[in-house]
Amino acid sequence: MNSVGEACTDMKREYDQCFNRWFAEKFLKGDGSGDPCTDLFKRYQQCVQKAIKEKEIPIEGLEFMGHGKDKPESSS
Amino acid sequence: MVKYFLGQSVLRSSWDQVFAAFWQRYPNPYSKHVLTEDIVHREVTPDQKLLSRRLLTKANRMPRWTERLFRASVAHSVYILEDSVVDPQNQTMTTFTWSINHARLMVVEERCVYCVNSDSNSWTEIRREAWVSSSLFGVSRAVQEFGLARFKSNVTKTMKGFEYILAKLQGETPSKTLVETAKEAEEKAKETALAATEKAKDLAKKAATKQQQQQQQFV
Repeated sequence: MNSVGEACTDMKREYDQCFNRWFAEKFLKGDGSGDPCTDLFKRYQQCVQKAIKEKEIPIEGLEFMGHGKDKPESSS
Repeated sequence: MVKYFLGQSVLRSSWDQVFAAFWQRYPNPYSKHVLTEDIVHREVTPDQKLLSRRLLTKANRMPRWTERLFRASVAHSVYILEDSVVDPQNQTMTTFTWSINHARLMVVEERCVYCVNSDSNSWTEIRREAWVSSSLFGVSRAVQEFGLARFKSNVTKTMKGFEYILAKLQGETPSKTLVETAKEAEEKAKETALAATEKAKDLAKKAATKQQQQQQQFV
């Protein structure tokens, strides 16, 4: 997949590879410590956050997991 | 007005396979409309949960007939955020996904819970809820309000008109009051129409703002 920042795609893919390995082999098996991907992630984030600002994608100030767990179940 | 969806699916794979696949599912033959994918936040919490935020852009495929109505929307892709919590100790994952632009037209939100299937622990089930809302419903309510207000003022004019002409036909001079009232009614009708238009605009604006507020919380 491509990144939203064209210049970031390679960095994204490198990070993804590292993450996917760590996720399956370490994290899911209960070993969440020692993430070996932090440097790759930092580089990737620097690039992609810049691209997001440039494209004015409105991701700022949005609460994690959105608003409230209790949603009205109205359907009409 | 919100449309609500509730559904359940089963994947015949174990929870750890599904959770790993979750991060690798794009691209696939069914995701041609997904244009970009980025992790924009990620952290491991002290209690060993993985929090992530993924930004997706998707092609905005709308039916032809909407293109003329929503010209501005056609040009732009849809931006979607997907927040997730992976809890390997409890073997569950929760996701909340929502669109963050084109809010005036439509907002789609989805919440999923992934867990081990109750029938077979080598399977994974997904409980999915979604909410689809559109502030256009707010606009149509506003139009109705305006129409009703204008209708009411027209009824008043109709009745005054009747009284006036009946008086004339019966050889009476329409009372001065009626003539003056006619002028007043004209003015009043203009005022009412203006007030109704303002109210309609306000309702439509509120409906649109409400959509935006529902997505933006104070952090």
